[in-house]
Amino acid sequence: MKSPIKITAERRMEEIPKWLPLATSLGAIVISFTISGIILAFSGSNPIRVFRFFFNAAFGSWGAFSDILVKATPLIIIGVGCCLAFKMKIISIGAEGQFYMGAFFASLVVLVPLVPLDSPKILVLSLMALMGIIGGALYGLIPGLLKAYFNVNEIITTLMLNYVAVYWNNYWIFGKYSDAGFQMTPTFDKVAWLPRLADMAKEIPFFSGITLHLGVVFGLFAAVLIWAILKHSRWGYEIALTGDNPRAAKYAGINIKGNIILVMVVSGALAGLAGMSEVTGVVHRLQERISSNYGFSSVIVAWLAKLNPFAVIPVAVLFGALIVAGREIQPSGLSFLIQGTTLFLVISSDVLLRYKIRITRRKEEIV
Amino acid sequence: MTHTIDDAPFAVEMRDIVLRFPGVLANDHVNFTLKRGEIHALLGENGAGKSTLMNVLSGLYRPESGVIKIRGKTVQFNSPRNAIAYGIGMVHQHFMLVPTLSVTENILLGLNAPRFFMKLAKYDRKILALQKAFGLKVNPSAKIWQLSVGEQQRVEILKTLYRGAEILILDEPTAVLAPQEIEELMGTMRTLTDQGKSIIFISHKLNEVKTVADRLTVLRKGKATAEGIDPKNLSRGDLAELMVGREVIFQINKEAQQPGEVVLDVNDLSTTNNRGMQAVNSVSFSIHQGEIFGIAGIAGNGQSELVEAITGLRESTGSIRINGVEIGNCPPRRSINCGLAHIPEDRMGVGTAPNLSVTNNVIMKNYAQPPIRKGWRINYPEAQNHAKGLKAAYDIQAPSVETQVRKLSGGNLQKLILAREISGEPQLIVAMQPTRGLDVGAIEVIQKLLLEQRRKGAAILLLSEELDELLELSDRIAVIFDGELVGKMDSKDTDINTIGMMMTGSLRSES
Repeated sequence: MKSPIKITAERRMEEIPKWLPLATSLGAIVISFTISGIILAFSGSNPIRVFRFFFNAAFGSWGAFSDILVKATPLIIIGVGCCLAFKMKIISIGAEGQFYMGAFFASLVVLVPLVPLDSPKILVLSLMALMGIIGGALYGLIPGLLKAYFNVNEIITTLMLNYVAVYWNNYWIFGKYSDAGFQMTPTFDKVAWLPRLADMAKEIPFFSGITLHLGVVFGLFAAVLIWAILKHSRWGYEIALTGDNPRAAKYAGINIKGNIILVMVVSGALAGLAGMSEVTGVVHRLQERISSNYGFSSVIVAWLAKLNPFAVIPVAVLFGALIVAGREIQPSGLSFLIQGTTLFLVISSDVLLRYKIRITRRKEEIV
Repeated sequence: MTHTIDDAPFAVEMRDIVLRFPGVLANDHVNFTLKRGEIHALLGENGAGKSTLMNVLSGLYRPESGVIKIRGKTVQFNSPRNAIAYGIGMVHQHFMLVPTLSVTENILLGLNAPRFFMKLAKYDRKILALQKAFGLKVNPSAKIWQLSVGEQQRVEILKTLYRGAEILILDEPTAVLAPQEIEELMGTMRTLTDQGKSIIFISHKLNEVKTVADRLTVLRKGKATAEGIDPKNLSRGDLAELMVGREVIFQINKEAQQPGEVVLDVNDLSTTNNRGMQAVNSVSFSIHQGEIFGIAGIAGNGQSELVEAITGLRESTGSIRINGVEIGNCPPRRSINCGLAHIPEDRMGVGTAPNLSVTNNVIMKNYAQPPIRKGWRINYPEAQNHAKGLKAAYDIQAPSVETQVRKLSGGNLQKLILAREISGEPQLIVAMQPTRGLDVGAIEVIQKLLLEQRRKGAAILLLSEELDELLELSDRIAVIFDGELVGKMDSKDTDINTIGMMMTGSLRSES
């Protein structure tokens, strides 16, 4: 017996409404929480209680919320850089390594030191930001050159270079710059700390213990910059054209090699800036595992945001919340479970943008 | 329904076929009948519903309503497999052959026998026998890549016959063939029908339909405007009117005019193809203002490589000058700035970015110049106005300038490309296959636009496999064979047969 209704997927011919991508993404997030809830229920817990706990751990206090923003900061800065590269269909997954390189280069300012440590704070921090940007940019330049001139697959090179960066970093923190043999450098002088809200606790007691630092402003600034590039600039047009059809871009006279290199350099620079923001705003020294997989999570963040730099911000906050809440609940795998199902569902939900699902009553069969 | 196979009135009978796509009635109560042993031509513009109707017949789509009878028996196809079982075979426009395999291997591909050992010699003999019965000559052990396009098409026909096809659907089979090959194909079609096969012949070309078809069905916007009529007594004009619903002017209005200064000067140009083999061999020619220089040739004789070298997309040796400025081996931007417009062969693959909007596609060549450029920014409101202007001036059918161009039909896509290229007031236009696959209405528009540019003094390099078109539009014609220009002549002093002979390499004339 055939079922009386028929479900068919039809290719959308007309324009998709502007609200639809947002609706499907939100729907996907809701469904992914539902699925996670069902799995929780099967494992014997009360999903509602777990989620309430989860929510409280993440948004329950200003302190917790500020922690989320601190975690979201590198995700935003790196994520908007990923938007740029992915828009050109350059699948760079090297942000993790660029992040470490940025952190290393920025740290050199105080470790060498490149300027006397009694210089004004603004000078030290500006130089550190610049060095972080240079470190990340150089580390993006390598796979960029390889791809542009020798057509080497950027997925492989960027992935491999991540490991190189981590071990490069280890070499210095175990050796020359080690703090008495520990796997970290000594804590930076306060001149190299990014301003935090907690610094103002004396004047405004409310900010006491609020760890949010200036890095979040870098993130917002980066989002505006990349949005302006992609949405309004000539360069953004070239990126979109090359991403959609490289042969058409070549035909239109666009310098594809140059753009590949530039895109890799700019997205690397942003990841490097994120590394600088993390060592100066959060850990205050160079050490092992300064990144909780920010470079990789940002890839997911950029995809979930559908390569829209402004959408990166709320998605990064959601991921920050998952990281923070993941620390509080056992098993901590739950937040990974939600991350995984969310990514899977959001990417699958694209089907709804391309196809219309129609449910029709099956007609009498012609015999 | 007691007809036996042989005295059934029709091999195929389709009644009141209705099929709807979102927003489009692709087939609106269409009737179509095919008698045993006849060639029935199916004519219509792009998007008229021909392919849809044939996809219904070959089991790809299920109609919403309507009846299909094969040899008198009502059938309902759930998949192409059912249709093949009923003896329906389709020869697609784009061949589905594996180039590195032999003819026999390609024919056996996907079948259940032979099951394990290929026993090629045995099957070679089987296929030779089949060839003999229908007069389709191809060496069964030859690899596909060694065959000419015409021979490859024969392999496709053999494939369907080997699967027991009684009803053959040929989808624009002549589009890829040289004139002599077309004649051979028509001969083959007659042999097939003499042996009791029935053929549905899909075509755009009115002359061929008149020559070969016994009956004719014309579709327009999903409706049949003629059902099974005899085409012999109809003029080309009548057929065109049935197709597009208005009168079509076939007379190309080309004014005599005196060519001006040399615009493009190509000297001793050589280049290689993607596999590093010599593709263009020491080619020299020049084109003047207000002149159309046509190059005829069978696909794959170096046309694509020649065009790519001239437009800066391929490295070459020799010299290419536009108004005296060397552009050979320079980035495309340089030739664009020298006033070169390029209408590429591959509209989707090269000429447009399919997922970008109409606006973003029409500014591809001028986004770096004011007024579209505004400092570091692109002035999108200005770009949209530009796009709206072109859309109106060139009658590009699209819901809006924000529509993704992949949603445009072939004709509208080509109009968009022409609009973009011509609006830059080019000195030189390189147009490759500008009307291929378009319907008569769109062809008329494209040809008119090219002639208007000629009148305005542009030099035009036209490469086409449509010899009628090439002869009518061009002032001078050359033939490219195996990477060399084998003849250059005034288009008034030559005819299709001479050019056809040159295209196959059997005649050379240096002038």
